[in-house]
This record gives sequence, structure tokens and C-alpha cells, in this order.
Amino acid sequence: MSDQALTDFALDNETMDFRAVVRSSFARLRSGDLGSLPAMLAIAALVAIFGSVNPSSFLSTINLANFLEQSSSVIVIAMAVSFTLLLGEIDLAAGFTAGVSAAVLATRLQEWPLLPSILMAALVAVALGTFTGFMVAKVGIPSFVVTLANVLLFQGVLLLLVREGGSVRIENEIIKDLVGGNMSPTVSWIFAGLALGLFTFSLLRQQRASHGAIPLSLVAFKVAAATLGAAVVTIVLNQNRAFPNAPAPIQGTPAVIPVVMVLLVGLNFVLNRTRYGRHLYAVGGNAEAARRAGINVERIRLSAFTICGLFAGVGGAFLASRVNSVDPNTGANDTLLLAVGAAVIGGTSLFGGQGRMLNAVLGGFVLALIPNGLTLVGKQTLPLIGEIDFGSSGTKFICAGVALLVASSVDALSRKRAR
Amino acid sequence: MDLPTTGQVPRVNTDRIEEMGVEAPTKQRPLLQVTGVNKTFGSVHVLHDVDFAVYPGSVTSLIGDNGAGKSTLVKTIAGIHPRDSGTISFNGEPVDIQSPKDTADLGIEVVYQDLALCENLDIVQNLFLGREKLHRGLLDEQAMEQAARDTLASLSVRTVKSVRQLVSSLSGGQRQTVAIAKAVLWNSKVVLLDEPTAALGVAQTKQVLDLVRRLAEQGLGVVLISHNMNDVLEVSDRVSAMYLGRVVADVPVTPATTREFLVELITSGQSGDVGTARASAAEGVESPQGGTDV
Ligand SMILES: Nc1ncnc2c1ncn2[C@@H]1O[C@H](COP(=O)(O)OP(=O)(O)OP(=O)(O)O)[C@@H](O)[C@H]1O
Ligand SMILES: [Mg+2]
Repeated sequence: MSDQALTDFALDNETMDFRAVVRSSFARLRSGDLGSLPAMLAIAALVAIFGSVNPSSFLSTINLANFLEQSSSVIVIAMAVSFTLLLGEIDLAAGFTAGVSAAVLATRLQEWPLLPSILMAALVAVALGTFTGFMVAKVGIPSFVVTLANVLLFQGVLLLLVREGGSVRIENEIIKDLVGGNMSPTVSWIFAGLALGLFTFSLLRQQRASHGAIPLSLVAFKVAAATLGAAVVTIVLNQNRAFPNAPAPIQGTPAVIPVVMVLLVGLNFVLNRTRYGRHLYAVGGNAEAARRAGINVERIRLSAFTICGLFAGVGGAFLASRVNSVDPNTGANDTLLLAVGAAVIGGTSLFGGQGRMLNAVLGGFVLALIPNGLTLVGKQTLPLIGEIDFGSSGTKFICAGVALLVASSVDALSRKRAR
Repeated sequence: MDLPTTGQVPRVNTDRIEEMGVEAPTKQRPLLQVTGVNKTFGSVHVLHDVDFAVYPGSVTSLIGDNGAGKSTLVKTIAGIHPRDSGTISFNGEPVDIQSPKDTADLGIEVVYQDLALCENLDIVQNLFLGREKLHRGLLDEQAMEQAARDTLASLSVRTVKSVRQLVSSLSGGQRQTVAIAKAVLWNSKVVLLDEPTAALGVAQTKQVLDLVRRLAEQGLGVVLISHNMNDVLEVSDRVSAMYLGRVVADVPVTPATTREFLVELITSGQSGDVGTARASAAEGVESPQGGTDV
């Protein structure tokens, strides 16, 4: 492929070999279409930096498992918020939706069995999301304002549910194991195999549909890379990471990983393969054009907030499971900021119409890596500056803020170049 | 095409027009008929008792100065703007058009002046927006891609690299062609084109005008809005002229129709006997909006 002007759908009929694909993706990068590359580079850079400063603890098995569990709730709430971001809207109260839903789950579990409790928590999350959607789509209040009010509203509900200063313990083993439980080593391997199989299958499907634009060699390369990655991660996680004198071994892939993956694949499927997903992007890109194409814009808006509510509720279960209890701080503080930040760092636009579910995962990793790594770096004496405690909350907040600024600058600058 | 340019033509014209203008509707039933439509934006009265008809198998051009109300009429027909009063009939039956979806369901396609494409989506996604092809409930990308390529090829689009290109990366003319392709992709009965050739080059303009004729030959009712009188004379069977929110003339195009005649209708709302009567009668009934006696 050359840089000359191509005509007559030339690209559609072109068969590409591996090198042509690499060259064309470089061309795409140069044109400002960065996709999730900045987030992936950030992950690589953070791992390299923290890994070299404190290899023994940062690169340990227990820290890998810990990190994956830490990032899971932010990732799930980021996925939820992405549905509103795709429309150019925002849900500032998604964190408290998670908190309220978690509180409902925890309080119901004290009297009810698991399934009805989960249903009730999901129902409440859906109701909160639908309420927001109704105010935005039908009444016509900007989502920023509605959800700002909801922050107070839902926080109040959360306080009433768990009572001020109180906390509701979770005794149910399944909810406790959602974040913190592990699959046995054998199941971990089976899971890795299944995931790889699914990945290969979907790549082959795309390859067949591309009529030669995707070479088989590229599929082979991706599958090989994924296999290597999955194998290394599974081998590492299958090692015992319990303290030397612990009564039972702790080993296997954390149970959150398959759960997050199912959410990722499922929501991705909705966005890319269904009519509903297509309409979401259309409304986010140009609501008037979508309306003229016969799309019910109000219904899309309302449903996006409903979906956001539901998955924020799922994120709430993750938050509760991590500490096995729900208190007035569940979903409060920086939960929402981290979730929106994760989506944006991953490459999802705040202006609507642009973004993927994978962005939430990659951005969530970046934002979880920063505090995780900084804690382990701890106090360091730097030349000229003196001693700095990298593990302090202050440093962590500053670094997360810088990461968000850098990510949005990269995004803004690459868009400017594309103009 | 060469046009006769003589001063006395309008008078000759008007006689024939008066005859045929009355005859035409009785000969053939309009496919789409707009009667007595009024539309106001706040206190601005943009459409005054507008009557407008589209006949099957013919091209009706809608002409008028900037701000005459052409696009507003199209958007009112399309269901984008709710009308204040008046009826719209399709195939002789009054229809209740509430939203663009109703229009599409009737078989009316619109190319808007402001295009209305989603820049964040690619060509295929835009062409099928709102009417995606499904296979077992999921998007059938293959079928849509092929249909997109075929339609664009039939419009002689030669400069598009890939139907998977994002619309944001297309030129103005390419976008316009995509918007037109979006309207002709469906087996529609009426196509309304609001200045479809405004951003097009010479060759593409000819393609679009050919397409306009071809659609009419296939029996569709075609409405063309254009400021280019040569194009209007080349492809139209009838011309409706708008002046300050009123339709002041609805005349057939004959070989004797001249550019000057149309330009006069556009700029003063009348030409010879055509236009005057209707415009002044209407003016007498409603409060004059001023500025008409320039
Ligand atoms: N949404 C709106 N709100 C208020 N006024 C409007 C609106 N849309 C159009 N108008 C007014 O209605 C009048 C007719 O506009 P319209 O766009 O229909 O003109 P047009 O005949 O299509 O002109 P052009 O040839 O420039 O496209 C103008 O005076 C315009 O200012
Ligand atoms: Mg117009």
C-alpha cells in the first residue's frame, strides 16, 4: 500500500500481508488515531518503573493477584459509566448507585437467601439508573445537573440504609469470594484455555469476514502472544502466595478475572454486534442525525442510564466483596472519579460517540497500578530533593491526577493533529 | 443544454402554464400532497398555507431565494418539524407523520441540506443507520458492506478508499454523495433532495442529475431543491416556486420555459401572470409582513 490517493474502494479489496498491516497501523498512529496505545504504553512504563525500583514485592505473585482485585471494581464502574460517556453524558452519581446497591445487597442478605437479595440489589440499581435517565431524556435536565443532585440524594439513601457510622457485614461466601476468592489451579488452566479458544475463534471470524485485509499470519501472531501472556499469568497465579505459616495455600487465578471478562465480552458484544449498540454510537456522534434516521433518541438516552445504573450496581457488589462489608463510604470518595478517569485514560471521549469497553479495563489498570506501585516504592531518598514518601495518599492522588492530565492531553493533541 | 433567452418568453409561457397547471393534477393523482401547511418558529411565520404536490414518475423542482422556506417545507414533510396546521396525503390518503420514522415507513426518503451524518461512524454504518440489516438478530456487516459498495459504485463515487472510512475523513462532496446514497438505498416511492449538488464537482453533479432522472423514470416522485436554474430546467417536469414562505407558482416545465422566467419567480414572486394573483390574494387575507414591495 502506498501513500498515494487510493480510489474505487481500493482498500476494501486489498489483501494485506503481515508487514502491510504493521505499516498501515503505523500510518494510522501517525494520523492521530491512537486508540488504546497510550494506555498500553502507560501500563508497560509503570510496570517497568515499579518493577525496577522494587522488583521483589511489585513483581510478586501476591501483588499481581492483589492488583487485579484492586482494579476490578473501578473497571466495572468505568464500564458502566462508559455507556453514558458514549452519549456525551455523564453519571456523577454512579459511585453512590454502586454504594446504595451494595447496601441493599448487604442488608437483604441478613434476612434473605442469595438469589432474591441479588435480584433486589439489581432492581434498585436499575431503578436508580432509570430515574436518572428519565430526568435527562424525558424531562430534559442536563445529566451533569441531574447526577449532581443524585450524588446528594443517593448518598442520603446510603446513609439511611447503613445508618451513620455503621457498617453492614457480609457473611455470604459467594459474595465474599467474588473479589478475594480464587479458582483452583486446574480450573484456572481450563479457564485460560477457554478464553484463548474464544479469542482465537473471534479473530478467525473477523479474518474470514475481512476478505484478505487481515492476514492469517496476524491472527497467528496475536494468538501466540495471547497464549504466552495467559500461560505466564496462569503459571504465576497458580503458585502458592500464602504467608509461610498460613494454614491453607492461596493459589489460582482470582475469581474476579472471569467475571470481569464475561462483562467485557458481553458488553463489547452489545456495543459492536447489535443494532442497539450501533444506535448508542450514532446518538453520541450526532443526535440530530440519529433522530432523522428514525432512531428513538430519547429511548436510547434513557436506556443508557438504566444500563449504567445496573452495572454500577454490579460494581457495588465488587466494592462490598473486597472488604466484606458495606459502610457509608462504599462507592464514595474517589470511586466515581477513578471510574471516569479510567475510561478517559483508556481512550473514551467525554464528548460522546467514541469509546470501547476495553478502554475501561486498560484505564482501570493504569489507575490501579499507580497507588499499588507507589505503596510498594514507599519512602525513597532522591538526590537534591531529599526523602519522599511515595506511599502517602498525597503522592498517590497527585500521580493519578497527572496520569489523567497526560492522557487527556495526548488525546486532545492527537485530535488536533488529525484535523 | 442551450436555453432560449428572449424577453418575451414569459408571456408565451404563462398561457400554457395556466392550461396545464390546472390539468396536470386531474390527469395524475399526486403521490405526495401537502395542503394548507402553516409553520411558525415562535413568532416567525415561515410557511404560509403551503400547497405542494409530488407526482409519480416526475421530478418537481422546488425553487426560491435563501430563506424562502424550502428546507423548512422539506423538514415539515419529513416529520422533523411538527406543522401548525395543514394536511399531508400520501397516495391520496391523509397520513399522520409524527417523526422521521413515519416518513421512512411510508417510503419517503430525504437528503437534508445539512446532511445529518454521524461523523464518528463509517460510511456503511451511516448508510444503514436506523435500518441496519440483521442476521439472526445481529448486525449483518457483510451484507451491508456489499450493498454500500454497490450503491456508491452506481453513483460513480470513485474517490472513496474504503466503505469502512469514517465520515469525518471524507470531503464535503463525498459526504454529500454518502447522504444521497443513503436515500436511494431503499426502495422508496418519494425522494426529497435538498440542494444535493451544492458541494459537488462537475462530474458528480451530472451523476446526481442523471440519478434524479433515473429515479423518476423508475416511477418515483422526486423533489429537487436547487439554486442552479440550468440544472432545474434540465431535469424537472414541474417547478414549484416559493417566495417568502408561500408557494407562488406550480408550473410544468416545457421547452419554452426560460431561466429568466424562473429567476423572476424567485426574486419577485411573480412573472407575467404567474404568481401575482396567488401572492397578492394571500397577502390581502393575512397581515402583510412588509418588505414585499421592493
Ligand atoms: N429552527 C428554526 N428556528 C427559527 N427559524 C427558522 C428555523 N429554521 C428556519 N428558520 C427560518 O425560516 C426561514 C426559512 O428557512 P429555510 O431554511 O426553510 O430556507 P430555504 O428556502 O431552505 O433557504 P436556503 O436556500 O438558504 O437553504 C428563514 O427565515 C429561517 O431563518
Ligand atoms: Mg434550505
